[in-house]
Amino acid sequence: MQNNELFLSFNEKVMFSLRSLYSSYGYSQYKMSRFEEYDLYARNKDFLISDSVITFTDTSGKLMALKPDVTLSIIKNIKEEPETLQKVFYNENVYRVSKGSHTYKEIMQAGLECFGDIDSYNICEVITLAAKSLKSISDSCVLDISHLGLLENVFESFSVPDFARSELIKLIGEKNTHELERLCEKLEIDSKSTQTLKLLVSTAGSPEEVLPILEKELADKTDITPIIRLKNIFDAIEESVKPMLRIDFSVVNDIKYYNGIVFKGFIEGIPASVLSGGQYDKLMQKMNRRSGAIGFAVYLDMLERFNISSNEYDIENLLIYSENSDLSKLNRYVKNLLKEGQTVLACKQIPQNTKYRRLINFDTEVG
Amino acid sequence: MKTMLNVALPKGRLGEKVYAMFEKAGFPCPSIKENNRKLIFENHEAGVRYFWVKPSDIAIYVERGAADVGIAGKDILLEYAPDVYELLDLGIGKCRMAVAAKKDFRYDMSRTLRVATKFKNIANAHYISKGMNIDIIHLNGSIEIAPILDLSDVIVDIVETGTTLKENNLDVVEEIVPISARLIANKTNFKFKSESIERLVRELSAQTEAKND
Repeated sequence: MQNNELFLSFNEKVMFSLRSLYSSYGYSQYKMSRFEEYDLYARNKDFLISDSVITFTDTSGKLMALKPDVTLSIIKNIKEEPETLQKVFYNENVYRVSKGSHTYKEIMQAGLECFGDIDSYNICEVITLAAKSLKSISDSCVLDISHLGLLENVFESFSVPDFARSELIKLIGEKNTHELERLCEKLEIDSKSTQTLKLLVSTAGSPEEVLPILEKELADKTDITPIIRLKNIFDAIEESVKPMLRIDFSVVNDIKYYNGIVFKGFIEGIPASVLSGGQYDKLMQKMNRRSGAIGFAVYLDMLERFNISSNEYDIENLLIYSENSDLSKLNRYVKNLLKEGQTVLACKQIPQNTKYRRLINFDTEVG
Repeated sequence: MKTMLNVALPKGRLGEKVYAMFEKAGFPCPSIKENNRKLIFENHEAGVRYFWVKPSDIAIYVERGAADVGIAGKDILLEYAPDVYELLDLGIGKCRMAVAAKKDFRYDMSRTLRVATKFKNIANAHYISKGMNIDIIHLNGSIEIAPILDLSDVIVDIVETGTTLKENNLDVVEEIVPISARLIANKTNFKFKSESIERLVRELSAQTEAKND
């Protein structure tokens, strides 16, 4: 049994370590059906990454969908219990259109959600778990953290009109300071405020470095409670994850659903973010839930091309037998090879496209 | 070993201009000036690798991380909306995205407007914002002849000097957005090669500011 780990793919190994990580912090696994009523997604279309959903009609005539997302289903199905915190993790397949091929893909996703009265400890814990999730994939990783509450405070203080906010957020997400400047000019935002916004976009780095700069810059301009909160969280967080954390306000999840802390995880060698999450109290409110929530998802499909261990051989022993080979001897021989911990493929002819270390002709060499 | 910064340059005149700016910014690679058909050039000392790519493909190379940074026209960025950082407006390759039509053209709100273009997303977004119903005719080149042959009512295309339009008896009806070359970066690679990318941005923005003054 001890060699079984050798046969796991990298994705599977990551999945197992994530499961044990989340379980060790008291998160329980949440299993769900592959199907969900389509109505749930129709009502929350903007929350989905792609708006194409595979639908079909159920035997009762109801329009159903193959799950494109996990969070919405969990929120819908979980029972709210006052004054208790609920912690769940999942490991599920979701169905989405892939950007490149415009066809549906089955995507493996893992993640966790924490529902209830979310306090600073819960935020700390979820950030720690997000950082440790990344670390279980690779040591070369960063977790970029932003605070949408601070952005909203700044927009409010600088009188950014509602209609321009989503455009502004898009530019912040692109670190696009040149167009941000042009937009501010169009909106008649004064140059001092524009400079502050530019600073917010272009300043990124470790919390110890960045937060004091932003605190000083914003203290007399807006409500900086979110910065103080971030500072407290970073001071308290486990030392081992601290080097992975960065403040970067270009992390902008949809402000219709998310509020407070949001974050995205990146791994060197994987071109897009592999982890995304944050606080989504607004989504909870939209779905008539009273409690707050924070969570994240890890996109395991992104790991497919990462850390590909190119095995020199597909199989150690290729054992060729014939019609005349003694069946019980053959069986014994295979069993002995397996006992030694070797792999063996027994067949009558050499298969194409199989790389083997040793070729054994059973009749001439053994039998 | 020094980590290499991978740069996707647009093939053609714009790419040469961009390379000159990169060279001045401290990322030289003299072999790129040799007259041959090679597409990839490296300078290990300067820690940079350049490759020539079709301009409309640059965003793909950067989004998928094959290039750390690249230079793409704003037209391509608006059309394909890649998930990348847009770090700088280089202020070169300036032109505009515009609607053009035959000289006597007027909008007729009682009919569906036929729009010929290479940029269907930009055209769509523009007319949706005006609340107009349109039919998009996707063409890959010689867009200017579409209104002349009555294939379309208007075209949405890049206008540089306007000479081609004039010679085909077309006029600009309205400007949609100004276009210029932008420096884009892959989101992951930006974090792991931040030192050299930030140095590049600083140097290039000093050059563009000097030009604007």
